[in-house]
Amino acid sequence: MTGAVATVPDRTAGPGPAPLSRSRRLAGPALFVAVGLLLVAVAPAVLSPFRLDLLGKYLCYAIVAVGIGLAWGRGGMLTLGQGVFFGLGGYAMGMHLKLREAGPGGLPDFMVWSGVESLPALWRPFANPVFALAMVVLLPVTVAVLLGLLVFRQRVRGAYFAVLSQALAAAFVILLVGQQGLTGGTNGLTNFQMFYGLDLYQPGDKRFLYLVVVAVLGTMFLLAWQLSRSRFGQLLVAVRDGEDRVRFLGYEPAVVKTIAFAVSAGMAGIAGALFVPMVGLLSPANLGIVASLELLIGVAIGGRFSLAGAVGGALLVNYAKTIFSEESADNWIYLQGAMFVIVMIWAPRGLAGLAADARAAVRHRRRPPSRSVAAPIPSGTPSANGSAPPGSADPVDPARPVDDARPADQIEPTGVPAVAAQRGEEPA
Amino acid sequence: MATLNQLVIGASIGAVLLLIALGLTFTFGQMGVINMAHGEFIMAGAYTAYLLQPLVGTQSVLVALPVAFAVAGVLGLILERLAIRHFYGRPLDTLLLTWGISLILQQVARDIFGAPNVQVRAPGWLTGGLDLGGVRLPYNRVFIMVLAVGCVVAIWLYLTRMRHGRRMRAVMQNRQLAAVSGVATERVDQLTFFIGSGLAGVAGVALTLIGPVGPTLGTNYIVDAFLVVVAGGLGQLRGAVIAAFALGILNSFVEFWVDNGASFAKVVVFAVIIAFLQLRPQGMFVVRTRALS
Amino acid sequence: MPRGVRKPLVMAVAAALLLSATGCAEDPTAASGAGSGSTIKVGILHSLSGTMAISEVTVRDAELLAIEEINAAGGVLGKKIEPVVEDGASDWPTFAEKAQKLISQDKVATVFGGWTSASRKAMLPVFERNKALLWYPVQYEGLESSPYIFYTGATTNQQIVPGLDYLKEQGKKSIFLVGSDYVFPRTANKIIKAYAAANGMTVLGEEYTPLGHTEYSTVVNKLQQAKPDAVFNTLNGDSNVAFFKQLRSSGITAAAMPTVSVSVAEEEVVGIGPENVAGHLVAWNYYQTTSGARNDTFVKAFKGKYGAAKVTSDPMEAGYNAVYLWAESVKKAGSVEVEAVKKASAGISLETPEGTVTIDGENQHVFKTARIGLVQPDGQIKEVWNSGKPIKPDPYLKGYPWATGLS
Repeated sequence: MTGAVATVPDRTAGPGPAPLSRSRRLAGPALFVAVGLLLVAVAPAVLSPFRLDLLGKYLCYAIVAVGIGLAWGRGGMLTLGQGVFFGLGGYAMGMHLKLREAGPGGLPDFMVWSGVESLPALWRPFANPVFALAMVVLLPVTVAVLLGLLVFRQRVRGAYFAVLSQALAAAFVILLVGQQGLTGGTNGLTNFQMFYGLDLYQPGDKRFLYLVVVAVLGTMFLLAWQLSRSRFGQLLVAVRDGEDRVRFLGYEPAVVKTIAFAVSAGMAGIAGALFVPMVGLLSPANLGIVASLELLIGVAIGGRFSLAGAVGGALLVNYAKTIFSEESADNWIYLQGAMFVIVMIWAPRGLAGLAADARAAVRHRRRPPSRSVAAPIPSGTPSANGSAPPGSADPVDPARPVDDARPADQIEPTGVPAVAAQRGEEPA
Repeated sequence: MATLNQLVIGASIGAVLLLIALGLTFTFGQMGVINMAHGEFIMAGAYTAYLLQPLVGTQSVLVALPVAFAVAGVLGLILERLAIRHFYGRPLDTLLLTWGISLILQQVARDIFGAPNVQVRAPGWLTGGLDLGGVRLPYNRVFIMVLAVGCVVAIWLYLTRMRHGRRMRAVMQNRQLAAVSGVATERVDQLTFFIGSGLAGVAGVALTLIGPVGPTLGTNYIVDAFLVVVAGGLGQLRGAVIAAFALGILNSFVEFWVDNGASFAKVVVFAVIIAFLQLRPQGMFVVRTRALS
Repeated sequence: MPRGVRKPLVMAVAAALLLSATGCAEDPTAASGAGSGSTIKVGILHSLSGTMAISEVTVRDAELLAIEEINAAGGVLGKKIEPVVEDGASDWPTFAEKAQKLISQDKVATVFGGWTSASRKAMLPVFERNKALLWYPVQYEGLESSPYIFYTGATTNQQIVPGLDYLKEQGKKSIFLVGSDYVFPRTANKIIKAYAAANGMTVLGEEYTPLGHTEYSTVVNKLQQAKPDAVFNTLNGDSNVAFFKQLRSSGITAAAMPTVSVSVAEEEVVGIGPENVAGHLVAWNYYQTTSGARNDTFVKAFKGKYGAAKVTSDPMEAGYNAVYLWAESVKKAGSVEVEAVKKASAGISLETPEGTVTIDGENQHVFKTARIGLVQPDGQIKEVWNSGKPIKPDPYLKGYPWATGLS
């Protein structure tokens, strides 16, 4: 099975094949603007407040998806604990909003019914809006950096990392649930009405919040995209595809991975903070194993190697979940499960991968095909998973011209194709 | 005395962990398949015992052991043939795929057996307990421990004494070399998946003695099972054994010493595993090779 | 220039799909509202998937049975009731989302739903914001009285306090608290501790385990060390099965150390295995064995619709009652309009399987008779004590001096 793989240069594991013509080069930004307009101008006009709220919720998940696209798609780190960071950001924001609502000297509602008499010290600083906003990003980033340095330095990767991050989500939920007086327990934090001066019960204010979410998603997307096409982004892909080789070249892969992991955690934190006012509640159910997996499955279905695919996938999966469950409350789990299975089997690189294959097929019809692109089993993925099994990695890797797969527009103007060779000056 | 009792309890928790993780050391350890549906194979085993009950009466647990092994094994084989074989070499994709399958299997169980838990009666000779000078050892725990040890011994014999088992080890250690030496790796993969899933079925039967039998049975155990395998080292039988008992005993003592410790114990176990992986990033035992990664 | 935005097509297509489809999903007929047309839509919102489905599916079944019966008898206000079933999926935000969907898309007249406190807390703001009605059918921890929720299950003074009274009456001096780690057990145990302090009982220990926990040997060992006269059990769902199986195999008998459970009903007994839990006590307001012609017809109808092997339980009965109580209020109000129904509901009294229940207009809870039951080897529950008459609901325990510090 590996022989076939070796002859197929990896066109898909990387950020993407080269857009060749000027019109194709412009297609990206044009669509970015078009989708932006659709979300900003069209959606609020045609959707009912209820549907707009739902779309806002999906967009929050899409922000997480951008981060996962970076960490998993580019960095090969399958994080099954993204809900933890989502939750840290969400709780930081939720605590602030609860304190705002309770007023000076007041206690959040759940503390009253949990029998807490005075405000716990942990809560006090969150009364400050600036502190709370800072914590939305700093908390998840700090946890990610600590965890990342611990596990990546020890070269814990692939499946080990996946299982560990999943256990982290499980442990985090247990901790949250156990501290009912401090966190609201299983109920979580509920019933938010005000968000920085917005009245969440008013459709008009809610619409504004929705626009904020769209704007944040756009910003995060551009940030991730900028990051992934920077030298750092190339280094990250290099670490994903050949961690040891990058190490031999004098870089510290643990640092590269930790940075990407921390950025994705920060994005998840921001998403969590927006989720709280958008949905109006946050509970441990939003950050556990299942929630974390659902965040991931959207990215997988959309296509993890493409940031746009990740965003589209997150929207699609959550939208499908809503529609399936509305259409058939009894059987929607079958539909959802079948969707996961079908996409994973027939479109392993997600819908973005299918789109790429289709485009490639069209291109190949124009010039005689030199290689099979639409191979049912995609080639690049073993390495992309970070831990190729002993079987397939060895024969593939040395033969695989990694840089051949790098699209022309991804290569820095210096024209030096090798990622690491561009800068020997300082390890990242 | 309470401490001694806790030690016994720890060992029995360890036996449960070992049983649920044993199959995973093969499917996860050898084949790199992160099988989230492993929990649902456990569930299938438990429901097998339930279904056999009207046919064979209260001894159904004994009869169910081999039947559940076959049922869960065949389910695993079907899964392997239909889906997972497309995914070798992409362990992380298998996680998402099998998660989708586990959702479906849970819903299937709900539609067939109903959402509420069902009852599997334990045979009369498993209901009492052994009194060892103040330390009480319930028979069902003894049974689970014996079963766990029996499974380990059987697997060990299989891996070391039988031709098929040795092939399995060969594929585990170096797939390419095994393939060029004439081992039909694909057949070995199927057999491995059959055995790994079958062991989940056996665990499911054992769990009917101490826990609930319902559609979400598997989700209660799956994370613990993965932690045992990760701590023990992929594909390492002795690693899994030691990790399961170490985690079981750790769990039981933390829970006993700390007031309201059940939640705390889970968090401690997680912290210990992270710390342990700092020392041994590949788990307790590693197949030493000169390969880089 | 975002040259790297490589597969924008997908995103655009997905977004377009999303918009067009959601646009279509706006059902034009829904605008006709619940009051007009030939049917009255009501929402049914329970977990049909996920861990809570174990408990909630049968509550939905009971509610659908009530709707069917009312329709067979001519419906309300001359219209048939049309249930719209949604799945809360054991996920609290989903409960909130589906509640909003039922209210704003389906324009239901009312919603019957929820089980866990967390799901109720998640839905509460939705109903208050939309001024819509929720009927919540499960016993709960009290300390709540939303003007837009009707509570047809027991509050604490109709279940937990009578349970404690019974233990006191039996001369139990020391108790041990075992519960799942979530809001109901923690609040319940706070009440129990206050009660114990005021009534000369000692609480020897308090243990919480995560939801879905299945390893109880350590807890059982702690029970053996502490040797309490009785155990007060607030474990939820699956955990009860593991707890009772392991309690029994450790050699602790119901005679030596009885447990009082507040979340173990007939259905849970089936899952635990009657022989594992026989002889232990439970506290509820209804059992399948509760005598009365109204209960006989309910049990018969339920078995007729869902199978002779099915059992009925307290939460199912409370859900069944909720539908009837709502229908009665609608008839009295002559309208399905929320404020009119709320107003009409006060004081409505109905003959139900558990006996006469009356809606307390003050807090929208219902008067219920408390019953202590003993689990029988055949899986049924035999009543051993009851409060004699329906107890007035007191969600904040205002009428209990020992409870002043609680809320």
